[in-house]
Amino acid sequence: MIKIEKATYEYKSLIDDSIQQAVKNISLEIQKGEFLVILGHNGSGKSTLAKLMNGLIIPSSGDVEVMGMNTKDEENIWNIREKAGMVFQNPDNQIVATIVEEDVAFGPENLGIPPKEIRERVDKALEVVEMVEYKSHAPHLLSGGQKQRVAIAGILAMNPDCIILDEPTAMLDPTGRIEVMNTIKKLNKVEAKTIILITHYMDEAVEADRILVMEEGNIVMEGTPKEIFSQVEKVKELGLDVPQVTELAYELKKEGIDIKNDILSIEELVELL
Amino acid sequence: MLKDITIGQYFPGNTLIHKLDPRIKIIIISLFIFSLFFIKSFIPYIFILGFILMVVKISKVPLKFILKGIRPLLFIILITFFINIFMTRGEVLFELGPLTVTKEGLRLGFFMGIRLIFLITGTSLLTLTTSPIALTDGIEKLLTPLKRIGLPAHELAMMMTIALRFIPTLLEETDKIMKAQMARGADFESGNILNRAKNLVPLLVPLFINAFRRADELATAMEARCYRGGDNRTRLNELKLDKKDIGALVSMVVFFGIIVSTRFI
Repeated sequence: MIKIEKATYEYKSLIDDSIQQAVKNISLEIQKGEFLVILGHNGSGKSTLAKLMNGLIIPSSGDVEVMGMNTKDEENIWNIREKAGMVFQNPDNQIVATIVEEDVAFGPENLGIPPKEIRERVDKALEVVEMVEYKSHAPHLLSGGQKQRVAIAGILAMNPDCIILDEPTAMLDPTGRIEVMNTIKKLNKVEAKTIILITHYMDEAVEADRILVMEEGNIVMEGTPKEIFSQVEKVKELGLDVPQVTELAYELKKEGIDIKNDILSIEELVELL
Repeated sequence: MLKDITIGQYFPGNTLIHKLDPRIKIIIISLFIFSLFFIKSFIPYIFILGFILMVVKISKVPLKFILKGIRPLLFIILITFFINIFMTRGEVLFELGPLTVTKEGLRLGFFMGIRLIFLITGTSLLTLTTSPIALTDGIEKLLTPLKRIGLPAHELAMMMTIALRFIPTLLEETDKIMKAQMARGADFESGNILNRAKNLVPLLVPLFINAFRRADELATAMEARCYRGGDNRTRLNELKLDKKDIGALVSMVVFFGIIVSTRFI
């Protein structure tokens, strides 16, 4: 689906004009239908990696291919962005129109789809994110979680195979976060979209098929949630947390209680105790 | 306080007036404004008033809404009214100290005052019955022929849409920054005009910085959604003229034609 080969992204530092590397020689392959989570604290290069994936930025060296199309090829750029949609952090700054359904239609309108098909796509996308009853509302009157779901619908209406979400829940309240996470899970499981979720909430990472942990532009850990979070000390060393339950199990084990160290959910822990 | 600003306020409805093609509505309002400046006696005003009342009745916009639109401009209307009364020479009716009121002045004062009120109600009826999206669509379509001489019609319409979209967002943000600065002792409400203007600096600087950051993020998001200008772009709701649009246009051209012709009788 997406293939990154030895990609490096350099930029000029604003402070001293030195060349900085946000992403360093990363190789990565993402399978169709995969739910990939990228973790890492601020400045680890995870957002840069996301922007490389749909051609918003072009690697300084190395290649990024989306469904066999190289992002360096300018002819492909719109096809790539159609296939790999991107949702950003701040829902306010990605909604263009003054009415929900007009905003969802913005992507397909840009692609030059006939009006009748746009209507079908908009209705379908709003149904998937469960925002049909708000279709003629003004976006600024919606809650954060609802706005972000409208933004997701806007991407969905372009019929992408892959959706990249760059910290979509960072600016939301807990209710909004749950709404958006449920939508993302639905996109992956029901709509069979490849999901790349960038986040720093560990409880969101637990849902993934695979987790990448980034640090200073490098991928430092890779594996299933169980594989990653069982290495509690290493994760903490990187300045990240593990899910609360995992931490509890870890502390219990340290106190001498015989327990596995790859527990990710409360139910799992309850059963074991 | 900031919530009272109602630029392009829209009164949703499903009436004939709401459903008219925005292009037709813009043309009719242009005719309306044009013919207002041709009128030179009070009698055609009766017909104009009739036209306005008819539109109000059909569109079911409460009269209260329209009067609210006049209020912020009351000052300008009154100034026009009084300047015309006191500054026109002619047959003196009575004197108020240094000011003289003439018969011609009184007539002109009322004439100009009514003209302004008609102008405001007419144009606000357009924005009240047309959603901002339809309005920008209409403007874009009407300006499309001018593309050939290099007028960026689509870009202008897109700018208007984005401006309308971000008015409430930026107002909300202003409110937030204002409260944050007030919590730290900023004073926006006392002092003379100069001091007050100075006190606005800590409000405007973060507001502008945030607006630029927003613009940057919005541009990235639009590019990610394949936005590449107006060429080959389709629309969810295409504008289509039908019988009622043509009917409205023809009857209004005749109506305003008669009004303009009264000038030459």
